Amino acid sequence: MRWLAVPVMALFLALMLYATTGLPLRGEPQAPANAHVSPYYIEKTIEETGTPNIVTSVLADYRGYDTLGETTVILAAGLACLLILRRGKGL
Amino acid sequence: MIERYENVIIDIVCSVMVPLIQLFALYVVVHGHYGPGGGFQGGVLFAVSIILLRLCLGKEASHKKFPPKLAAALAASGMLVYMLTGLAPMAAGGAFLDYGHLPIPGVSGAELRFLGITIVEWSIAFSVCGTMVLLFDVLAEGMR
Repeated sequence: MRWLAVPVMALFLALMLYATTGLPLRGEPQAPANAHVSPYYIEKTIEETGTPNIVTSVLADYRGYDTLGETTVILAAGLACLLILRRGKGL
Repeated sequence: MIERYENVIIDIVCSVMVPLIQLFALYVVVHGHYGPGGGFQGGVLFAVSIILLRLCLGKEASHKKFPPKLAAALAASGMLVYMLTGLAPMAAGGAFLDYGHLPIPGVSGAELRFLGITIVEWSIAFSVCGTMVLLFDVLAEGMR
């Protein structure tokens, strides 16, 4: 069965490469990702948040919920390491 | 566990590098509003300086400077502050994490949201820094 893995991977690679031809160009202004909320962020970030760095205002304000989840994941990973490796021995 | 390696070069390089890295970490967190940087990067940088201390000073001396329990407390309290920053606007009649409704007197509008971002960035920095030092301590303690 192991020989089957190579043609399956090649087929998957071909499918993925074919799919990339349907993606919009990088930085394309009409792309769906750039057409809905991005202009709003770019236009309103100074006015609404007073933060010149749009990345920060998106990360911490507009998408703050996402960042909350990211921080929770990091804390959970650290606590899981503590609980598994130290098993009741404390720090 | 990591032990102190007696060497004057390591001592001098670490004594110069650690304050510089810590200062740069604070700069990166504070500068997050105006350029590349923010809580994650600044927190990791600060944690790196603590890990460097652990490596060059050894267990006893560096645990006196920055106890492992402090790392855990820092990680948890950072997360707690983030959660409270999310919940405080809800109590004041806004949505979750809507900094415009933070109950801080004297500021409003964009300034209030700026302040909310600052609080969140600092809490991320504390949480990430604590978690990184905690991870290092746990993994180093496991190597016997």
